[in-house]
Amino acid sequence: MTALLEVENLRTQFETSAGTVRAVDGVSYTVEEGETVGIVGESGCGKSVGALSVLRLIPHPPGRVVGGSIRFRGEDLLAMSDEKLHSVRGGQISMVFQEPMTSLNPVLTIGLQLCETMEFHLKLTPRQARLRALELLGMVGISEPGRRLDQYPHHLSGGMRQRVMIALAMSCKPKLIIADEPTTALDVTIQAQILELMKDLTKRFGVALIVITHNLGVVARYADRVNVMYAGRIVESGSAADIYHRPMHPYTLGLLRSVPRMDRPRGEKLIPIEGQPPDLTREIAGCAYRARCSFATERCAREDPVREAVGPGHDSACFEKDRLARMLKVAS
Amino acid sequence: MSAAPAGRPLLEVKNLKMHFPVTEGVMVRKVVATVKAVDDVSFTLQPGETLGLVGESGCGKTTTGRCILQLERPTAGQILFEGEDLARLDRKGLSAKRERMQVIFQDPYSSLNPRMKVGSIIGEPMKVHRILPDAKRRRERVAELLSVCGLNPKFMDRYPHEMSGGQRQRVGIARALALNPQFIVCDEAVSALDVSIQAQVINLLEDLRDKFNLAYLFIAHDLSVVRHLCHRVAVMYLGKLVELADSDELFEHPRHPYTKALLEAVPIPDPAIEKDRVHRIMQGEVPSPMNPPSGCVFHPRCSLAVDSCKREVPQARELRPGHWVACPRV
Repeated sequence: MTALLEVENLRTQFETSAGTVRAVDGVSYTVEEGETVGIVGESGCGKSVGALSVLRLIPHPPGRVVGGSIRFRGEDLLAMSDEKLHSVRGGQISMVFQEPMTSLNPVLTIGLQLCETMEFHLKLTPRQARLRALELLGMVGISEPGRRLDQYPHHLSGGMRQRVMIALAMSCKPKLIIADEPTTALDVTIQAQILELMKDLTKRFGVALIVITHNLGVVARYADRVNVMYAGRIVESGSAADIYHRPMHPYTLGLLRSVPRMDRPRGEKLIPIEGQPPDLTREIAGCAYRARCSFATERCAREDPVREAVGPGHDSACFEKDRLARMLKVAS
Repeated sequence: MSAAPAGRPLLEVKNLKMHFPVTEGVMVRKVVATVKAVDDVSFTLQPGETLGLVGESGCGKTTTGRCILQLERPTAGQILFEGEDLARLDRKGLSAKRERMQVIFQDPYSSLNPRMKVGSIIGEPMKVHRILPDAKRRRERVAELLSVCGLNPKFMDRYPHEMSGGQRQRVGIARALALNPQFIVCDEAVSALDVSIQAQVINLLEDLRDKFNLAYLFIAHDLSVVRHLCHRVAVMYLGKLVELADSDELFEHPRHPYTKALLEAVPIPDPAIEKDRVHRIMQGEVPSPMNPPSGCVFHPRCSLAVDSCKREVPQARELRPGHWVACPRV
């Protein structure tokens, strides 16, 4: 069986006055039907650009997908005609963005935004669409859906707006939802509500979910598999348990050690990753992480590590992964 | 780290209230409502101590910080810094106190003047307060501050846009240190930073605290960072202080139902722990501070609420030494 989504060697670049930014530089991953995949990394690592590339939402100019393929149910989204893509985008694949205030249209009512999408993709009559919109708002836990349909986004709180975004994303019975930092702008109790809602709905309707986030806790709670990105590449990929309990890339380990945790004794010193992420306008020879890496050797400066299997469904792009594994074994 | 701090506190906040009028009309302004951003908040801070102030957006934690720094004129209540009531000081007296209290803001992009070089940004407080009027000595001091904050002294000739977010936040910290303060309000000082950079800045704040015996009011919404950094923690909800305790005590034995709900909502970066954790998700959202619920402001979302909670405003009680809770049901 082929995967629902197969991204292969995706490369997306931006032309800027400072030079060409290689925002996504050879990213490959798959998403199976009904699965939740987390993509973690820090600002500028290419996690959002990679996701936007899937739906061809990169503004051109300055951005452009320069290579690779993205197959959704076997069809290449990059080679697809615009018309056909329109039926996929918002229909079979939908998105939830970080900031619901800017991703909803402020001058249209909630009802109109929901109905418009469903009339286009599901070919519903306005009457049918309104009925389904009511049902959807109820499903995402919005009280008095009838009244809400005639309200504008600014009438709603941040949490409510994100619920509307989720209703919109679910409205056309998608196969895949891409959520780009869906809860970053929300308070922690609202974040918990929204994540629980997304988990519940995707499980109930068998929708696959890509969650893009910088929050390692969010991924631990919700993802089946995790891809860790650094400087435009996936450096490690594996099940959530692999990534959190058996990290095989120094960057993953660095990330895990630099967050304070509620379940650890207080007063433990944090171990930050020293230095800064690299400038992506420059060609990087060798491993992009080596300048910040305590495992780096001479080979890392010369050769470019590729992802290799370290266990079933678990791979890492690091020459020194065996040394890392030994060190962690000794430490535990 | 004692539960009941001894000695004269550096800062005492007593029954602080900050109510903002909500007005209507263009020609004739009419007050139609008030927002009780901070409503009867009291706490103390010892020299060298870090007090965390946590809560969700709009709970009044930032306004509390602004009142302490006298950036807002409080509606009622007292703020005593080194024993003196800040509201009663004249301009000169306040200016002298301000040398000793500084602030670090959340956003390192908007809190540094983009037209000024880093050297002038850090040097300006010294110029304003006429400490080191000599330009050469000031430059030396700026270089020293930069290296204390882990930056190359050469950065003083750069502009903020030439630096990364983490580096800018270090500049913000260097500026706050320029006048040798006793007390710094850190208003979401690490929230905008990426995790690996955040850890660097947290460690820097800890080192500086030990080195200069600084007291921090650490305003933040990230509870795991607060737990890591703070000696004591105060939890706010809709302008009220609902719980105040030693960090160990608060995170081990939270008593107020809101504190419990907040702690349960924080995800832990470990899938094995997350799988076994019971997620009781608190329903509902924070009500509008313009029209807060009667009695206990938390009662509509509270699992312990009874009828009397709708009528009576709960008073803070000391359950154990140093552990204050404003809930009669616990």
